[in-house]
Amino acid sequence: MNLQGKYKVIENRALNSRSMLMRLAGDTSVFSAPGQFVNVAVPGLTLRRPISVADYSDGELTLIYDIVGRGTKIMSEAREGFSFDLLTGLGNGFDTDVDSSHPLLLGGGVGCAPLLGLAKRLMEAGKHPAVVLGFNSSDRVIMPEMFRELGFETLVATVDGSVGVRGFVTDAIPLLSSAPDYFYACGPMPMLRALSTGLDIPGEVSLEARMGCGFGACVCCSLETTKGAKRICLEGPVFKKDELIWK
Amino acid sequence: MEINRTPDLSVRLGDLSLRNPVIPASGCFGYGYVMTPFYDINCLGAISFKGTTLNPRFGNPLPRVAECEAGIINSVGLQNPGIDAVISDELPRMRAVYSGPIIANISGFSIDEYTECCRRIDGEKQVEIIELNVSCPNVHGGGMSFGTSCESVAEVVRAVKAVAKTPLYVKLSPNVTDIVSIARAAEEAGADGLCLINTLLGMRIDTRTRRPVVANTMGGFSGRAIFPVALRMVWQVCREVSIPVIGCGGVESAADVIEMMMAGASAVEVGTANIINPCACRDIIAELPAKMDELGINSLSDLKIK
Repeated sequence: MNLQGKYKVIENRALNSRSMLMRLAGDTSVFSAPGQFVNVAVPGLTLRRPISVADYSDGELTLIYDIVGRGTKIMSEAREGFSFDLLTGLGNGFDTDVDSSHPLLLGGGVGCAPLLGLAKRLMEAGKHPAVVLGFNSSDRVIMPEMFRELGFETLVATVDGSVGVRGFVTDAIPLLSSAPDYFYACGPMPMLRALSTGLDIPGEVSLEARMGCGFGACVCCSLETTKGAKRICLEGPVFKKDELIWK
Repeated sequence: MEINRTPDLSVRLGDLSLRNPVIPASGCFGYGYVMTPFYDINCLGAISFKGTTLNPRFGNPLPRVAECEAGIINSVGLQNPGIDAVISDELPRMRAVYSGPIIANISGFSIDEYTECCRRIDGEKQVEIIELNVSCPNVHGGGMSFGTSCESVAEVVRAVKAVAKTPLYVKLSPNVTDIVSIARAAEEAGADGLCLINTLLGMRIDTRTRRPVVANTMGGFSGRAIFPVALRMVWQVCREVSIPVIGCGGVESAADVIEMMMAGASAVEVGTANIINPCACRDIIAELPAKMDELGINSLSDLKIK
Protein backbone atom coordinates (compact mmCIF):
# COMPACT_ATOMS: atom_id res chain seq x y z
CA MET A 1 0.00 0.00 0.00
CA ASN A 2 0.99 3.61 -0.49
CA LEU A 3 -0.12 6.64 1.43
CA GLN A 4 0.15 10.38 0.93
CA GLY A 5 0.28 12.49 4.05
CA LYS A 6 1.89 15.22 6.12
CA TYR A 7 4.86 14.29 8.27
CA LYS A 8 6.18 16.67 10.90
CA VAL A 9 9.92 17.10 11.45
CA ILE A 10 10.84 16.22 15.03
CA GLU A 11 14.60 16.20 14.47
CA ASN A 12 16.85 17.22 11.56
CA ARG A 13 20.55 17.17 12.40
CA ALA A 14 23.87 16.85 10.64
CA LEU A 15 25.79 13.60 11.04
CA ASN A 16 28.76 15.17 9.23
CA SER A 17 29.30 17.91 6.63
CA ARG A 18 27.31 15.97 4.01
CA SER A 19 24.91 13.57 5.74
CA MET A 20 21.76 14.42 7.69
CA LEU A 21 19.39 12.50 9.94
CA MET A 22 15.74 13.52 9.89
CA ARG A 23 13.06 12.06 12.15
CA LEU A 24 9.45 12.61 11.12
CA ALA A 25 6.18 11.99 12.96
CA GLY A 26 3.24 10.61 11.01
CA ASP A 27 1.39 7.54 9.84
CA THR A 28 3.79 4.66 9.15
CA SER A 29 1.07 2.02 8.82
CA VAL A 30 1.69 1.31 5.13
CA PHE A 31 5.35 0.32 5.52
CA SER A 32 5.76 -3.41 5.17
CA ALA A 33 9.52 -3.98 4.92
CA PRO A 34 12.89 -2.35 5.62
CA GLY A 35 14.38 -0.84 2.47
CA GLN A 36 11.20 0.86 1.32
CA PHE A 37 11.37 4.58 0.58
CA VAL A 38 9.44 7.81 0.75
CA ASN A 39 9.01 10.47 -1.95
CA VAL A 40 9.37 13.90 -0.42
CA ALA A 41 7.65 17.02 -1.81
CA VAL A 42 10.24 19.78 -1.44
CA PRO A 43 8.86 23.32 -1.18
CA GLY A 44 9.68 25.32 -4.30
CA LEU A 45 10.65 22.32 -6.45
CA THR A 46 8.54 20.32 -8.88
CA LEU A 47 9.68 16.72 -8.60
CA ARG A 48 9.53 14.87 -5.31
CA ARG A 49 12.82 13.51 -3.94
CA PRO A 50 12.97 9.77 -3.25
CA ILE A 51 14.73 9.05 0.06
CA SER A 52 15.24 5.61 1.58
CA VAL A 53 13.88 5.01 5.05
CA ALA A 54 16.60 4.17 7.58
CA ASP A 55 14.08 2.90 10.09
CA TYR A 56 10.44 3.23 11.05
CA SER A 57 8.31 2.48 14.08
CA ASP A 58 4.73 3.20 15.05
CA GLY A 59 4.15 6.86 14.19
CA GLU A 60 7.77 7.76 13.40
CA LEU A 61 10.24 7.33 10.58
CA THR A 62 13.92 8.13 10.25
CA LEU A 63 15.58 9.30 7.05
CA ILE A 64 19.35 9.48 6.63
CA TYR A 65 20.23 11.44 3.50
CA ASP A 66 23.14 13.20 1.84
CA ILE A 67 22.98 16.81 0.72
CA VAL A 68 23.64 16.26 -2.98
CA GLY A 69 21.58 18.94 -4.75
CA ARG A 70 18.88 21.57 -4.41
CA GLY A 71 16.22 19.24 -3.05
CA THR A 72 18.25 17.71 -0.26
CA LYS A 73 19.75 21.14 0.55
CA ILE A 74 16.26 22.52 1.14
CA MET A 75 15.38 19.41 3.18
CA SER A 76 18.49 19.94 5.32
CA GLU A 77 17.28 23.44 6.26
CA ALA A 78 13.88 22.30 7.57
CA ARG A 79 13.33 23.09 11.24
CA GLU A 80 11.50 21.06 13.88
CA GLY A 81 7.76 21.48 13.42
CA PHE A 82 7.89 21.86 9.64
CA SER A 83 5.64 19.40 7.81
CA PHE A 84 6.64 17.65 4.59
CA ASP A 85 4.15 16.07 2.18
CA LEU A 86 5.34 12.49 1.75
CA LEU A 87 4.33 9.48 -0.26
CA THR A 88 5.11 6.56 2.01
CA GLY A 89 5.33 2.78 1.79
CA LEU A 90 6.97 2.95 -1.66
CA GLY A 91 8.95 0.10 -3.19
CA ASN A 92 9.33 -3.54 -2.27
CA GLY A 93 11.99 -3.38 0.46
CA PHE A 94 14.38 -6.12 1.52
CA ASP A 95 13.32 -9.76 1.74
CA THR A 96 13.87 -10.78 5.35
CA ASP A 97 12.34 -14.24 4.88
CA VAL A 98 15.26 -15.73 2.95
CA ASP A 99 16.92 -18.87 4.30
CA SER A 100 19.95 -17.37 6.03
CA SER A 101 21.31 -17.50 9.57
CA HIS A 102 24.33 -15.21 9.09
CA PRO A 103 23.39 -12.46 6.64
CA LEU A 104 25.90 -9.77 5.78
CA LEU A 105 24.74 -6.17 5.37
CA LEU A 106 26.96 -3.99 3.18
CA GLY A 107 26.53 -0.25 2.80
CA GLY A 108 28.42 2.29 0.73
CA GLY A 109 28.14 5.95 1.73
CA VAL A 110 24.55 7.05 2.30
CA GLY A 111 23.57 3.57 1.06
CA CYS A 112 24.16 2.48 4.66
CA ALA A 113 20.86 4.15 5.62
CA PRO A 114 18.28 1.40 4.89
CA LEU A 115 20.49 -1.26 6.51
CA LEU A 116 19.62 0.00 10.01
CA GLY A 117 15.98 -1.06 9.92
CA LEU A 118 16.97 -4.19 8.03
CA ALA A 119 19.45 -5.23 10.75
CA LYS A 120 16.79 -4.79 13.43
CA ARG A 121 14.21 -6.84 11.53
CA LEU A 122 16.74 -9.62 10.89
CA MET A 123 17.68 -9.67 14.56
CA GLU A 124 13.99 -9.90 15.53
CA ALA A 125 13.73 -12.87 13.14
CA GLY A 126 16.46 -14.63 15.14
CA LYS A 127 19.24 -14.10 12.63
CA HIS A 128 22.76 -12.87 13.30
CA PRO A 129 23.58 -10.11 10.85
CA ALA A 130 27.05 -8.62 10.49
CA VAL A 131 27.61 -5.17 9.01
CA VAL A 132 30.31 -3.71 6.76
CA LEU A 133 30.14 0.00 5.97
CA GLY A 134 32.31 1.65 3.31
CA PHE A 135 33.17 5.34 2.83
CA ASN A 136 35.65 7.46 0.95
CA SER A 137 37.23 8.91 4.10
CA SER A 138 36.76 9.33 7.87
CA ASP A 139 34.87 12.63 7.48
CA ARG A 140 32.15 10.81 5.53
CA VAL A 141 31.59 7.96 7.99
CA ILE A 142 28.02 7.57 9.22
CA MET A 143 26.14 5.11 11.40
CA PRO A 144 28.71 2.55 12.68
CA GLU A 145 27.82 3.45 16.29
CA MET A 146 24.12 2.90 15.54
CA PHE A 147 24.81 -0.70 14.52
CA ARG A 148 27.35 -1.31 17.32
CA GLU A 149 24.90 -0.06 19.99
CA LEU A 150 22.51 -2.79 18.84
CA GLY A 151 25.26 -5.36 19.27
CA PHE A 152 26.05 -6.13 15.62
CA GLU A 153 29.59 -6.94 14.53
CA THR A 154 30.33 -3.80 12.46
CA LEU A 155 33.41 -3.16 10.31
CA VAL A 156 34.25 0.10 8.57
CA ALA A 157 36.31 0.46 5.41
CA THR A 158 37.58 3.75 3.99
CA VAL A 159 39.14 4.19 0.57
CA ASP A 160 41.89 6.43 2.01
CA GLY A 161 42.40 4.27 5.10
CA SER A 162 41.72 7.20 7.44
CA VAL A 163 39.56 4.94 9.61
CA GLY A 164 39.01 1.17 9.67
CA VAL A 165 40.16 -1.11 6.91
CA ARG A 166 41.90 0.61 3.99
CA GLY A 167 40.00 -0.09 0.78
CA PHE A 168 36.49 -1.11 -0.18
CA VAL A 169 33.83 -3.12 1.68
CA THR A 170 35.09 -6.19 -0.19
CA ASP A 171 38.46 -5.77 1.58
CA ALA A 172 36.75 -5.94 4.98
CA ILE A 173 34.64 -9.06 4.38
CA PRO A 174 37.52 -11.55 5.08
CA LEU A 175 37.97 -9.95 8.53
CA LEU A 176 34.47 -10.93 9.73
CA SER A 177 34.34 -13.41 12.59
CA SER A 178 31.99 -15.78 10.75
CA ALA A 179 31.33 -16.45 7.08
CA PRO A 180 28.12 -14.94 5.72
CA ASP A 181 25.56 -17.09 3.91
CA TYR A 182 23.57 -14.24 2.27
CA PHE A 183 24.17 -10.57 1.55
CA TYR A 184 22.12 -7.39 1.44
CA ALA A 185 23.77 -4.34 -0.14
CA CYS A 186 23.03 -0.71 -0.87
CA GLY A 187 25.52 1.75 -2.30
CA PRO A 188 27.21 2.88 -5.51
CA MET A 189 26.82 0.70 -8.60
CA PRO A 190 30.54 -0.35 -8.77
CA MET A 191 30.22 -1.69 -5.22
CA LEU A 192 26.98 -3.53 -5.99
CA ARG A 193 28.52 -4.98 -9.15
CA ALA A 194 31.66 -6.13 -7.29
CA LEU A 195 29.55 -7.84 -4.62
CA SER A 196 27.02 -9.41 -6.99
CA THR A 197 29.66 -10.78 -9.35
CA GLY A 198 32.35 -11.48 -6.73
CA LEU A 199 30.59 -13.07 -3.74
CA ASP A 200 29.58 -16.70 -4.25
CA ILE A 201 26.61 -16.45 -1.89
CA PRO A 202 23.10 -15.36 -2.85
CA GLY A 203 22.10 -11.81 -2.14
CA GLU A 204 20.07 -8.77 -3.02
CA VAL A 205 20.88 -5.14 -3.70
CA SER A 206 18.98 -1.87 -3.41
CA LEU A 207 19.29 0.51 -6.35
CA GLU A 208 18.68 4.22 -6.70
CA ALA A 209 17.54 6.28 -9.68
CA ARG A 210 16.25 9.68 -10.63
CA MET A 211 12.52 9.08 -10.34
CA GLY A 212 9.42 10.79 -11.61
CA CYS A 213 6.49 9.60 -9.57
CA GLY A 214 7.94 6.92 -7.25
CA PHE A 215 4.85 4.69 -7.52
CA GLY A 216 5.06 3.09 -10.97
CA ALA A 217 3.02 5.46 -13.14
CA CYS A 218 5.61 7.29 -15.24
CA VAL A 219 8.23 4.56 -15.90
CA CYS A 220 11.06 7.11 -15.66
CA CYS A 221 13.20 4.68 -13.60
CA SER A 222 12.97 1.49 -15.65
CA LEU A 223 15.69 -1.11 -15.65
CA GLU A 224 16.28 -4.02 -17.99
CA THR A 225 16.54 -7.17 -15.87
CA THR A 226 16.80 -10.89 -16.57
CA LYS A 227 13.01 -10.93 -16.07
CA GLY A 228 12.22 -8.04 -18.42
CA ALA A 229 11.76 -4.34 -17.77
CA LYS A 230 11.25 -3.47 -14.09
CA ARG A 231 10.56 -0.15 -12.41
CA ILE A 232 13.13 0.62 -9.72
CA CYS A 233 10.42 2.49 -7.77
CA LEU A 234 7.78 -0.24 -7.83
CA GLU A 235 9.26 -3.70 -8.51
CA GLY A 236 12.43 -2.46 -6.75
CA PRO A 237 14.38 -0.74 -5.36
CA VAL A 238 15.62 -4.12 -4.09
CA PHE A 239 16.50 -6.79 -6.63
CA LYS A 240 17.97 -10.27 -6.19
CA LYS A 241 21.48 -10.25 -7.61
CA ASP A 242 20.49 -12.81 -10.29
CA GLU A 243 17.72 -10.51 -11.57
CA LEU A 244 20.22 -7.83 -12.55
CA ILE A 245 22.29 -7.74 -15.71
CA TRP A 246 25.90 -6.98 -14.75
CA LYS A 247 27.60 -5.82 -17.95
CA MET B 1 -36.72 25.74 -5.45
CA GLU B 2 -33.68 23.49 -5.39
CA ILE B 3 -31.46 23.60 -2.35
CA ASN B 4 -27.88 22.22 -2.22
CA ARG B 5 -28.15 21.31 -5.87
CA THR B 6 -25.31 19.08 -7.06
CA PRO B 7 -23.86 20.79 -10.12
CA ASP B 8 -23.80 18.84 -13.35
CA LEU B 9 -20.19 17.82 -14.05
CA SER B 10 -21.00 15.66 -17.05
CA VAL B 11 -19.60 16.49 -20.48
CA ARG B 12 -19.80 14.97 -23.93
CA LEU B 13 -17.11 13.95 -26.38
CA GLY B 14 -19.15 13.34 -29.51
CA ASP B 15 -21.54 10.51 -28.67
CA LEU B 16 -19.60 9.60 -25.54
CA SER B 17 -20.86 10.94 -22.23
CA LEU B 18 -18.34 11.40 -19.39
CA ARG B 19 -19.35 11.76 -15.74
CA ASN B 20 -16.91 14.69 -15.52
CA PRO B 21 -14.28 16.28 -17.79
CA VAL B 22 -11.19 15.08 -15.88
CA ILE B 23 -9.03 12.53 -17.70
CA PRO B 24 -5.54 11.45 -16.62
CA ALA B 25 -3.24 11.97 -19.60
CA SER B 26 -1.32 9.18 -21.25
CA GLY B 27 2.03 8.35 -19.66
CA CYS B 28 1.21 9.86 -16.28
CA PHE B 29 -1.15 7.19 -14.96
CA GLY B 30 0.16 3.85 -16.27
CA TYR B 31 -2.84 1.62 -16.94
CA GLY B 32 -4.71 3.03 -13.97
CA TYR B 33 -4.26 0.16 -11.54
CA VAL B 34 -0.97 1.54 -10.15
CA MET B 35 -3.05 4.43 -8.78
CA THR B 36 -5.55 2.34 -6.82
CA PRO B 37 -3.44 2.34 -3.63
CA PHE B 38 -4.18 6.09 -3.52
CA TYR B 39 -7.86 6.31 -4.50
CA ASP B 40 -10.80 4.71 -6.32
CA ILE B 41 -10.16 5.65 -9.96
CA ASN B 42 -13.82 5.12 -10.91
CA CYS B 43 -14.39 8.79 -10.06
CA LEU B 44 -12.56 9.78 -13.28
CA GLY B 45 -14.22 10.96 -16.49
CA ALA B 46 -12.03 8.60 -18.52
CA ILE B 47 -8.44 7.32 -18.49
CA SER B 48 -5.91 7.66 -21.31
CA PHE B 49 -3.51 4.76 -20.93
CA LYS B 50 0.26 4.69 -21.43
CA GLY B 51 1.23 5.14 -25.09
CA THR B 52 1.38 1.82 -26.85
CA THR B 53 3.26 0.64 -29.93
CA LEU B 54 2.98 -2.52 -32.01
CA ASN B 55 6.06 -4.16 -30.52
CA PRO B 56 7.43 -3.97 -26.96
CA ARG B 57 9.81 -1.07 -26.38
CA PHE B 58 12.20 -0.58 -23.47
CA GLY B 59 12.57 3.12 -24.26
CA ASN B 60 15.48 5.44 -23.58
CA PRO B 61 18.42 5.02 -21.18
CA LEU B 62 18.30 6.55 -17.67
CA PRO B 63 18.12 9.25 -16.44
CA ARG B 64 14.80 9.93 -18.13
CA VAL B 65 13.54 12.81 -16.02
CA ALA B 66 14.75 16.32 -15.15
CA GLU B 67 13.55 18.96 -12.73
CA CYS B 68 12.50 22.33 -14.25
CA GLU B 69 10.86 25.47 -12.92
CA ALA B 70 7.16 24.61 -12.65
CA GLY B 71 7.56 21.52 -14.78
CA ILE B 72 9.58 18.47 -15.70
CA ILE B 73 11.33 17.06 -18.75
CA ASN B 74 10.88 13.38 -19.55
CA SER B 75 12.53 11.19 -22.14
CA VAL B 76 10.88 7.85 -21.36
CA GLY B 77 10.91 7.00 -25.06
CA LEU B 78 7.55 5.21 -25.30
CA GLN B 79 8.42 2.30 -23.07
CA ASN B 80 5.52 -0.17 -23.30
CA PRO B 81 4.93 -3.91 -23.50
CA GLY B 82 3.46 -3.81 -27.03
CA ILE B 83 -0.17 -3.82 -28.15
CA ASP B 84 -0.75 -7.57 -27.72
CA ALA B 85 0.47 -7.58 -24.10
CA VAL B 86 -1.59 -4.45 -23.43
CA ILE B 87 -4.70 -6.26 -24.67
CA SER B 88 -3.96 -9.58 -22.96
CA ASP B 89 -2.42 -8.38 -19.65
CA GLU B 90 -2.84 -4.66 -19.00
CA LEU B 91 -6.46 -4.10 -20.10
CA PRO B 92 -7.81 -6.96 -17.94
CA ARG B 93 -5.93 -5.59 -14.91
CA MET B 94 -7.28 -2.13 -15.71
CA ARG B 95 -10.87 -3.35 -16.12
CA ALA B 96 -10.66 -5.26 -12.82
CA VAL B 97 -10.46 -1.95 -10.95
CA TYR B 98 -12.08 0.49 -13.39
CA SER B 99 -15.38 0.34 -15.25
CA GLY B 100 -15.34 3.73 -17.04
CA PRO B 101 -14.26 4.79 -20.53
CA ILE B 102 -10.72 3.98 -21.63
CA ILE B 103 -8.80 6.09 -24.14
CA ALA B 104 -6.25 3.96 -26.00
CA ASN B 105 -3.17 6.07 -26.70
CA ILE B 106 -1.45 4.62 -29.76
CA SER B 107 1.96 5.49 -31.19
CA GLY B 108 3.69 4.36 -34.33
CA PHE B 109 6.81 4.86 -36.36
CA SER B 110 5.08 4.06 -39.66
CA ILE B 111 1.57 4.19 -41.10
CA ASP B 112 1.44 0.39 -40.99
CA GLU B 113 2.32 0.34 -37.31
CA TYR B 114 -0.45 2.81 -36.44
CA THR B 115 -3.06 0.93 -38.46
CA GLU B 116 -2.08 -2.48 -37.10
CA CYS B 117 -2.17 -1.24 -33.48
CA CYS B 118 -5.53 0.46 -33.98
CA ARG B 119 -6.99 -2.56 -35.77
CA ARG B 120 -6.03 -4.77 -32.80
CA ILE B 121 -7.37 -2.44 -30.08
CA ASP B 122 -10.55 -1.60 -32.03
CA GLY B 123 -13.63 -3.06 -30.36
CA GLU B 124 -11.91 -3.84 -27.03
CA LYS B 125 -14.38 -3.48 -24.16
CA GLN B 126 -14.41 0.00 -22.55
CA VAL B 127 -12.05 1.42 -25.21
CA GLU B 128 -14.27 4.32 -26.29
CA ILE B 129 -11.63 6.48 -27.98
CA ILE B 130 -8.39 5.84 -29.82
CA GLU B 131 -5.96 8.70 -29.23
CA LEU B 132 -3.20 8.86 -31.84
CA ASN B 133 0.11 10.20 -30.61
CA VAL B 134 1.55 11.74 -33.77
CA SER B 135 4.69 13.09 -32.09
CA CYS B 136 6.80 10.04 -32.99
CA PRO B 137 9.29 10.25 -35.85
CA ASN B 138 8.21 8.67 -39.13
CA VAL B 139 10.95 6.14 -39.99
CA HIS B 140 9.86 6.24 -43.62
CA GLY B 141 9.71 10.04 -43.69
CA GLY B 142 13.30 10.97 -42.87
CA GLY B 143 12.63 10.85 -39.12
CA MET B 144 10.35 13.89 -39.11
CA SER B 145 7.53 13.60 -36.61
CA PHE B 146 4.14 12.67 -38.15
CA GLY B 147 2.59 15.55 -36.27
CA THR B 148 4.65 18.25 -37.94
CA SER B 149 3.08 18.13 -41.41
CA CYS B 150 -0.53 18.41 -42.54
CA GLU B 151 0.02 15.73 -45.17
CA SER B 152 1.42 13.07 -42.83
CA VAL B 153 -1.22 13.77 -40.16
CA ALA B 154 -3.95 13.45 -42.79
CA GLU B 155 -2.37 10.28 -44.16
CA VAL B 156 -2.22 8.52 -40.77
CA VAL B 157 -5.77 9.63 -39.87
CA ARG B 158 -7.22 8.33 -43.16
CA ALA B 159 -5.34 5.03 -42.82
CA VAL B 160 -6.55 4.44 -39.25
CA LYS B 161 -10.14 5.49 -40.03
CA ALA B 162 -10.18 2.82 -42.75
CA VAL B 163 -9.44 0.01 -40.28
CA ALA B 164 -10.91 1.09 -36.90
CA LYS B 165 -14.47 2.05 -35.96
CA THR B 166 -13.62 3.49 -32.53
CA PRO B 167 -13.81 7.31 -32.47
CA LEU B 168 -10.38 8.62 -33.40
CA TYR B 169 -8.76 11.58 -31.63
CA VAL B 170 -5.41 12.99 -32.72
CA LYS B 171 -3.08 14.22 -29.97
CA LEU B 172 -1.30 17.19 -31.49
CA SER B 173 2.29 18.22 -30.91
CA PRO B 174 2.87 21.88 -30.02
CA ASN B 175 6.29 21.75 -31.70
CA VAL B 176 4.96 23.10 -35.00
CA THR B 177 4.77 26.50 -36.69
CA ASP B 178 0.98 26.47 -37.15
CA ILE B 179 -1.05 24.09 -35.01
CA VAL B 180 -4.32 25.31 -36.54
CA SER B 181 -3.41 24.01 -40.01
CA ILE B 182 -2.45 20.61 -38.53
CA ALA B 183 -5.74 20.52 -36.61
CA ARG B 184 -7.71 21.34 -39.75
CA ALA B 185 -5.86 18.66 -41.71
CA ALA B 186 -6.76 16.07 -39.06
CA GLU B 187 -10.41 17.14 -39.09
CA GLU B 188 -10.63 17.08 -42.89
CA ALA B 189 -9.05 13.61 -42.97
CA GLY B 190 -11.84 12.32 -40.75
CA ALA B 191 -10.62 12.64 -37.16
CA ASP B 192 -13.50 12.53 -34.67
CA GLY B 193 -11.71 14.79 -32.20
CA LEU B 194 -8.42 16.31 -31.13
CA CYS B 195 -6.33 16.36 -27.98
CA LEU B 196 -3.81 19.12 -27.41
CA ILE B 197 -1.12 19.68 -26.47
CA ASN B 198 1.57 17.03 -26.14
CA THR B 199 4.86 18.05 -24.49
CA LEU B 200 7.09 20.88 -25.65
CA LEU B 201 10.59 19.82 -26.66
CA GLY B 202 13.00 20.91 -23.94
CA MET B 203 16.45 20.39 -22.46
CA ARG B 204 18.48 20.92 -19.26
CA ILE B 205 22.23 20.74 -18.67
CA ASP B 206 23.81 19.76 -15.35
CA THR B 207 26.29 22.62 -14.97
CA ARG B 208 28.48 20.59 -12.61
CA THR B 209 28.91 17.56 -14.89
CA ARG B 210 28.50 19.65 -18.09
CA ARG B 211 26.22 16.93 -19.43
CA PRO B 212 22.53 17.03 -20.43
CA VAL B 213 20.43 15.95 -17.43
CA VAL B 214 18.43 13.35 -19.37
CA ALA B 215 20.48 10.68 -21.11
CA ASN B 216 18.63 11.27 -24.38
CA THR B 217 19.76 14.95 -24.30
CA MET B 218 16.30 16.38 -25.09
CA GLY B 219 12.88 15.46 -23.77
CA GLY B 220 9.28 16.54 -23.46
CA PHE B 221 8.65 19.53 -21.19
CA SER B 222 5.36 19.37 -19.29
CA GLY B 223 3.73 20.67 -16.15
CA ARG B 224 2.37 23.92 -14.80
CA ALA B 225 4.66 26.10 -16.93
CA ILE B 226 3.06 25.02 -20.23
CA PHE B 227 -0.54 25.82 -19.24
CA PRO B 228 -0.68 29.24 -20.98
CA VAL B 229 0.80 27.74 -24.17
CA ALA B 230 -1.69 24.86 -24.12
CA LEU B 231 -4.60 27.18 -23.41
CA ARG B 232 -3.62 29.48 -26.28
CA MET B 233 -3.39 26.56 -28.72
CA VAL B 234 -6.72 25.10 -27.56
CA TRP B 235 -8.28 28.54 -28.05
CA GLN B 236 -6.82 28.93 -31.55
CA VAL B 237 -7.81 25.42 -32.66
CA CYS B 238 -11.33 25.59 -31.19
CA ARG B 239 -12.03 28.70 -33.30
CA GLU B 240 -11.29 26.72 -36.45
CA VAL B 241 -12.56 23.17 -36.02
CA SER B 242 -15.99 21.76 -35.20
CA ILE B 243 -14.89 18.41 -33.73
CA PRO B 244 -14.46 18.06 -29.93
CA VAL B 245 -11.12 19.08 -28.42
CA ILE B 246 -9.61 17.64 -25.24
CA GLY B 247 -7.43 20.31 -23.62
CA CYS B 248 -4.16 19.12 -22.12
CA GLY B 249 -1.11 20.83 -20.68
CA GLY B 250 -0.23 22.04 -17.20
CA VAL B 251 -3.70 21.56 -15.70
CA GLU B 252 -3.47 21.31 -11.91
CA SER B 253 -6.75 22.59 -10.47
CA ALA B 254 -10.50 22.88 -10.98
CA ALA B 255 -9.95 26.51 -11.98
CA ASP B 256 -7.57 25.34 -14.73
CA VAL B 257 -10.17 22.84 -15.97
CA ILE B 258 -12.80 25.58 -16.22
CA GLU B 259 -10.35 27.96 -17.91
CA MET B 260 -9.42 25.28 -20.45
CA MET B 261 -13.10 24.64 -21.14
CA MET B 262 -13.74 28.36 -21.56
CA ALA B 263 -11.05 28.25 -24.26
CA GLY B 264 -13.19 25.65 -26.00
CA ALA B 265 -12.12 22.27 -24.65
CA SER B 266 -14.90 19.68 -24.21
CA ALA B 267 -12.87 17.73 -21.64
CA VAL B 268 -9.46 18.10 -20.02
CA GLU B 269 -6.49 15.80 -19.59
CA VAL B 270 -4.30 16.08 -16.52
CA GLY B 271 -0.73 14.80 -16.90
CA THR B 272 2.26 15.86 -14.84
CA ALA B 273 0.12 16.80 -11.83
CA ASN B 274 -0.46 13.06 -11.24
CA ILE B 275 3.28 12.46 -11.03
CA ILE B 276 3.68 15.06 -8.29
CA ASN B 277 0.40 14.45 -6.48
CA PRO B 278 -1.03 10.98 -7.18
CA CYS B 279 -4.46 12.17 -6.01
CA ALA B 280 -4.45 15.22 -8.32
CA CYS B 281 -7.37 14.12 -10.52
CA ARG B 282 -9.51 13.05 -7.58
CA ASP B 283 -8.82 16.38 -5.87
CA ILE B 284 -9.63 18.39 -9.01
CA ILE B 285 -12.96 16.57 -9.41
CA ALA B 286 -13.76 17.19 -5.75
CA GLU B 287 -12.92 20.91 -6.14
CA LEU B 288 -15.05 21.41 -9.25
CA PRO B 289 -18.51 21.91 -7.67
CA ALA B 290 -17.31 24.66 -5.31
CA LYS B 291 -15.33 26.37 -8.06
CA MET B 292 -18.37 26.21 -10.39
CA ASP B 293 -20.57 27.61 -7.64
CA GLU B 294 -18.10 30.44 -7.03
CA LEU B 295 -18.14 31.31 -10.75
CA GLY B 296 -21.90 30.91 -11.16
CA ILE B 297 -21.57 27.91 -13.49
CA ASN B 298 -24.42 25.37 -13.51
CA SER B 299 -23.17 23.05 -16.22
CA LEU B 300 -19.77 22.40 -17.73
CA SER B 301 -21.10 21.99 -21.25
CA ASP B 302 -20.92 25.09 -23.41
CA LEU B 303 -18.50 27.10 -21.28
CA LYS B 304 -16.67 28.18 -24.42
CA ILE B 305 -16.35 31.96 -24.60
CA LYS B 306 -16.84 33.89 -27.82
